[in-house]
This record gives sequence, C-alpha cells and structure tokens, in this order.
Amino acid sequence: MQALPYTTEVRPDTGLTNPKLGIWLFLASEVMLFGSFFSSYALLRSGAQAWPDQSAVLSVPLGTLNTVILITSSATMVLSLSAIRARHLDRFRRYLRLTLLGGVAFLAVKTFEYGDKFSHGLAPGDDNFLGLYFTLTGVHALHVLVGLAVNAYLLWPGSRMWRTEPERFANRVEVAGIYWHFVDVVWIVLFPVLYVL
Amino acid sequence: MFLKYLASTDHKVIGLLYGFTSLLFLLVGFVLVLVIRWQLAYPGDPVPLIGGWLGEANAPGGIVLPEFYNQLGAMHGTIMVFLGVVPLAVGAFGNYLVPLQIGAPDMAFPRLNLASYWCYVAGGAVMLASFFVPGGAANNGWTSYAPLSDLAPGAGQTMWLAGMLFIICSSLLGALNVITTIVQLRAPGMTWFRLPFFVWAQFITAFLLLLAFPALQAAAILQGMDRLAGTSFFLPSGLAVSGQRLEVAGGGNALLWQHLFWFLGHPEVYVLILPAMGIVAEVVANNTRKPLWGYRVMVYSLFVLGVLSFVVWAHHMFLTGMGTAVSAFFQTTTMIISIPSVVILSSLMLSLHGGSIRFTTPMLFALAFLPMFGIGGLTGLPLGLATTDIALHDTNYVVGHFHYLVAPGTIFALFAGIYHWFPRVTGRMLNDWLGRIHFAGSLVCMNVIFLPMFVQGLAGVNRRLWDGGAEYVHAQEVLYLNVPMSMAAFALAVFQLFFIANLFLSLRGGPAAEPNPWRATTLEWRTGGEPVRVYRDPYAYSVPGAPSDFVPQYQAEPQRAGA
Ligand code: HEM
Ligand SMILES: [Cu+2]
Repeated sequence: MQALPYTTEVRPDTGLTNPKLGIWLFLASEVMLFGSFFSSYALLRSGAQAWPDQSAVLSVPLGTLNTVILITSSATMVLSLSAIRARHLDRFRRYLRLTLLGGVAFLAVKTFEYGDKFSHGLAPGDDNFLGLYFTLTGVHALHVLVGLAVNAYLLWPGSRMWRTEPERFANRVEVAGIYWHFVDVVWIVLFPVLYVL
Repeated sequence: MFLKYLASTDHKVIGLLYGFTSLLFLLVGFVLVLVIRWQLAYPGDPVPLIGGWLGEANAPGGIVLPEFYNQLGAMHGTIMVFLGVVPLAVGAFGNYLVPLQIGAPDMAFPRLNLASYWCYVAGGAVMLASFFVPGGAANNGWTSYAPLSDLAPGAGQTMWLAGMLFIICSSLLGALNVITTIVQLRAPGMTWFRLPFFVWAQFITAFLLLLAFPALQAAAILQGMDRLAGTSFFLPSGLAVSGQRLEVAGGGNALLWQHLFWFLGHPEVYVLILPAMGIVAEVVANNTRKPLWGYRVMVYSLFVLGVLSFVVWAHHMFLTGMGTAVSAFFQTTTMIISIPSVVILSSLMLSLHGGSIRFTTPMLFALAFLPMFGIGGLTGLPLGLATTDIALHDTNYVVGHFHYLVAPGTIFALFAGIYHWFPRVTGRMLNDWLGRIHFAGSLVCMNVIFLPMFVQGLAGVNRRLWDGGAEYVHAQEVLYLNVPMSMAAFALAVFQLFFIANLFLSLRGGPAAEPNPWRATTLEWRTGGEPVRVYRDPYAYSVPGAPSDFVPQYQAEPQRAGA
C-alpha cells in the first residue's frame, strides 16, 4: 500500500499538513461547543429574574491567578516549540515541563475553588449562575486535563519519535500547542464572563 | 482472524464495519416501528409473533403499554437517524468511497477513523442497553424536549444523553477526517471541479456534522447536569409535576433546549439528504451515459444549502410564541433554502433528458428517489410558513413530510448505492430479479404507508398517539387508514427479506463481476493500487469521437476511433 502523503511535509497547493488541518477543524467544532455554552449563558441570564453578583460569589483574585498561570503556560508552550524546531531537545523538555506544571497548577487552583464552594454549601443546583459556573468550568477543566495528557505524552513516551522523525515530532508539538492555546483562549473568555461581568 | 478486521485501520474495512453495523441498526429501528404500526392499527391487541419477547413490564400479554409505546417512538427516531442512516451514508459510503474516488491511499487519519467507529459502537450499545434498565429506554421523542425529558424518571433518558455524546464524538472524528482527506489527499490532477458530485456532497455534509453537532453536545451536557446535578437549565420557575410543586431552583428556559436541539437538528436533516443526493447523482450519470446536467451549479447549490441550513432551525418552533419578527426571519430563510434543493433536484431530472437510460436496479432506486424527494420537499413548504404550520405542526403531516425525504428518499438512495457498489466491494453482482422485486415492493409499500399520513395530518390527527387517534372525534373519519398503512409496513418488511437474501446469496453465489461492470468513469472502479493521475472531469460519458461511451478519469488520452 502507498504511504499517506502530507503527514509531515506540506501540500504545496493547500499549504497545510494533514495534522494541521485536522486540529483546526477540531477547534472549529470546539468553538461551536463553547459557543453553544456561551449562548446558553446569555439566554439564561437575560431571561433571569435575578442574577447574583458574580464577582461576590466567585473569587476574582483566584480567577486572575489562574488566568496568569494559563497564559504563562501558553508562553512556555511556544518556547518549547521553538526549541524543538531549533533541535534543542533539552530546552524543549524544560519548557514543556513548565507548561505541564502550569496546567497542573491551574487544576489545583480550580480544585481548591470547587472545594471552597462546596464547603460553603454552594452547589450547582442552587441557581443557574452556579450551575453554569460548574458546568462551563468543568468542561473547560476536562479540556485542560486532555491537554495535560497530550503534553505528558510528548514529554515522555512520545518523544522517542524525536530520534527517528524529528520533523514529524516537531509538528506534533505544534499541533499540541495549537490545542493548548485554544484551551487558554477559552479560559480568557470564560474568566470575565463568569467572574467579572 | 476476524478480530484483525475489528482493529483494522484500512478505510475499506472500517467502511464495511460501518455498513454492516448500521444496516443492523436500521433493522432494529424498523422492527421497533413495526410494533408501533401494529399498535396504531389495532390498539390494545396483543402483538403477534414477537409480542412475547417485548417483556412483561413493557407489553403484558403482548399488549403494548403507553409508556412502552413512547419508548418505541423515541428510540425508533434516534436509532434510524443517528445509528442507521448517518453512519451508513457517511461512515460506510463516505469511508469506503471518498478515498477511492479522489485517488487517496486511505483516509487522512486512519486511527481516528477506527476510533470513530468504536465511539459509534459504544453509543449504539448504550442506546440498546437502555431498553433493559428499570423504566426502560428514553421515552421523550427523538427530540427529547425539556422539561419532560429533564424530569423523566429512570436511567433511560440519561443513557440516551450518554449515548448521544458518544455518537457525536464519533461524527466529529469522522467529519474532520473526511474534510482533511478531501482537501489534502486528492490525487495529482484531481482538481476541485473534477471531484465526483458524491465527494462534494460528503464534503459539505462533513462540515455540517462538524459544526452543528457540538450544539447537541452542549445541550446533552446541560441536560445531564439537570438530571444528575440538580441544576435547572431547562426548568422554568414554578413547575408542578402531578400536582406537586417541584423542588428545584428554577429560572431555566425550556425553549433553550429546543434552540440547541434544532440548531443541530436542521443541519442534521441535510446530513441525511446530501449524501443521498451524491449517490443518486453518481448512479444517474452512470446509467444515463451522460455528464450530469449543471454539475457546477449543483456544487454551488450544495454550498448554499450548507450555509443556509444553519439559519433555518426555528422553523421547527413556530408554535413556541417566538414573535412575528423572528417567525418572519425563519420563514424567509426557509423559503430561500428550498431554492438550492430544487436546483439540485431539477438538475438531476434534466440529466435524464435525452439519455439512453439503462434501467438497472440501482438506477430504478435512483429514479424513484427523485419524485419521492420531490413530494417530501414540496410538503415542507407549508410547514415552513407559520400560518399553515400552526395547523400542521405536530400532526402526522409532519411525519409524512420527513419520511418521504428519508425513507423512500434517502433510504432508496442508499439502496441504489448498495446495488451500484456491491460489485466493487465483493467482486460479485447482486441478483437483478430479487433486486427488482425488492424495488417494486418497497416503492409501493412506502407510498401506501406515508401518503395517508398527509390525509390524517390535514384532518388534525396528532403524531405520537398511542391509540393512533381513536380517542379523538376529529380523527374518526381518517382512522380507517391506519390499517392499510400498517399492512403496507408489514409487507415492506417482507420485501426487505428479498434484499437481505440477495446480499447473502450473492456474496457467495452471485455471478462474478468484471472490474468495471457498469462501465463507469470514476476512480473507484480502477484496478491496481499504484498511484493515479487524473486527466478529466468526472463524467466523460458518450464523448464524441471516443472509442467507447465512457472515458475514465484516469485515462490519459482518449484513443481516437480507428487509431
Ligand atoms: C426542501 C425544503 C424543506 C422545507 C421547507 C422543510 C420544512 C420543514 C418544517 C417547517 C418542519 C417543521 C414542521 C413542524 O414541526 O411543524 C420540518 C420538519 C422536518 N423536516 Fe423538513 N423541510 C425541508 C426539507 C427537509 C429535508 C431535506 C429533510 C431530511 C431529509 C427534512 C426532514 C425533516 C424532519 C426529520 C422533520 C421533523 C422533525 C420532528 O419534528 O421530528 N426536511 N421540515
Ligand atoms: Cu428543519
């Protein structure tokens, strides 16, 4: 059987590799997913008789902290990609580890926030704001978790590919990076919508 | 040995797995509706033959209980649409044929392809398993309207949501695979306007799957939260159930579910019909021995359909009191979206003009598709106008409308596809006479089943009635129709036996097929696996001066007669 073309090299007339197009299409569907959630939020909130003061219920400092953490981890992701493109495996590892650490820290803060809410007797069923808060941040946290799994794979077992197909491996890092930035961007929208507005 | 196939990443194998599984689901969905049809014709009589298998909790003594009737209806719709037609049209036909028709070695992401299949199986398994949990399967219609579905007791509805999540994941993986394959893996010379129409149809369909299904994903998660975590996204304040005030926070919006569902649901109906149009186009071009009439315009129409199908969803919601301005908007878009459908249908009809038509079995199904789709589409227009829809909404008229599109429409196209490509897959021809009996019987039965639905609906008979309307005065005059409709459904089942027998008999004993038995031009009929180059438009039939009446896309120069 013929090998699949354009897994690593760019197809000239489209300017894309298969994985690159695949991840963008995937993100398009993710945009629709979160778009549906945000539309639901808008509809429920605009139809609500009362809506709590969001910033009083949630902790804006913790939310800000998490925003900073995620943006930083996006930056280290970029650095790890440029390191691997420059064929510096060690530098790549260092930055990807930092990225991973950022993701873990984000989830730790998130877990703390959830626990804090539960310990004050706040639950998703209390009102639609809390319901949306838990649902939307929960779905987002799942995305973070998936990103962590992908990055951990690239850091450890997946990096074996580096020795045999460095170009293809770097492309994988790029695709994982695109996903990770998307997760970041979703949070950058979620944060003001849920914590501040 | 057999296990090897279940884990193969070859698009042909996965396509066949999809095909086999989805045909089984179509059969399951069909059996469910046979029970429904029995109940509608003879409400309260024990179901013959299989009545004893339905379970004492569902049908004591073989008599279908109303609660079970609702399960049958909801699961019939769900299974047919999400586990039958879409996986067959996209998962099976798309997977098998798209790479072949564009000259690609495989799908762009073979392992995602396999994952997509197993997500589909998982979703189907969850759906089927839900029949056996206490309280049974989901029973809130295939549309799962809230708040009914939100509050439905038992695990059935929750399993429905979980099953949908699996199915949606499967569709998303499949869709991004199809798009990437078509964009990236077209063989040298296969320019966009040399793509067979079938590939175009799959391309647009994949975008609909990719961008519309996430809305139901979100909706399913929100409803899951309502059911499991006690939120009230779809529960307005002050709800009472059986005279008891409901202990929830409230403040939700039941119409939010409808918006999210139909934002998926309307593009979904085009997911059901576009691949069917693609198959019919291939079969028509091949059997008229002519290029398609207006190929480019048909492709442009696909684009218009694809885009517009995202802005018509609320025509399913005219009765929700959404206001005249909003209604006017959705009426307008609905009328506009009819135009590209009509363009495609007219092009296919005009393609017949002046052709020397071969009435092969696949061609018969494709020919029947055209008027059946026409009836379905025309009956949609009164539904798309709020004034008339107020009378017709939620009646059997709606059921007639969409069944003309999906049953003698899409399903006929899928049959056409199976008869057409069976020799490509198996190297054997299907038996022609069994095929013709299958065709003629199905065509007659389909119309006897669905045509009276318009009559009943116009008389005001609602859909989803356990007794078929016997309780209602206004239904009495048209009630007698239920018996012939059900008889036709049972006869339809008998005619499907010819199809099933034909599949199995021909698999072993059918006459061996030549490599290109239909003398077709497209790449999937090419022999040999070496890389291919494409030289011409997809339907070079009856080219003046060519030695035979078809010039395959992969043939370098037509040899001149006598040369
Ligand atoms: C050609 C133009 C079409 C128009 C103007 C149209 C219009 C409509 C409208 C307005 C409704 C809602 C009726 C109501 O609930 O009161 C409807 C229902 C439906 N249509 Fe169409 N339609 C068209 C084509 C199609 C196609 C191509 C398909 C699928 C193959 C389709 C499948 C359905 C289904 C499944 C429903 C029923 C959903 C339900 O309530 O369970 N329609 N159509
Ligand atoms: Cu619609």
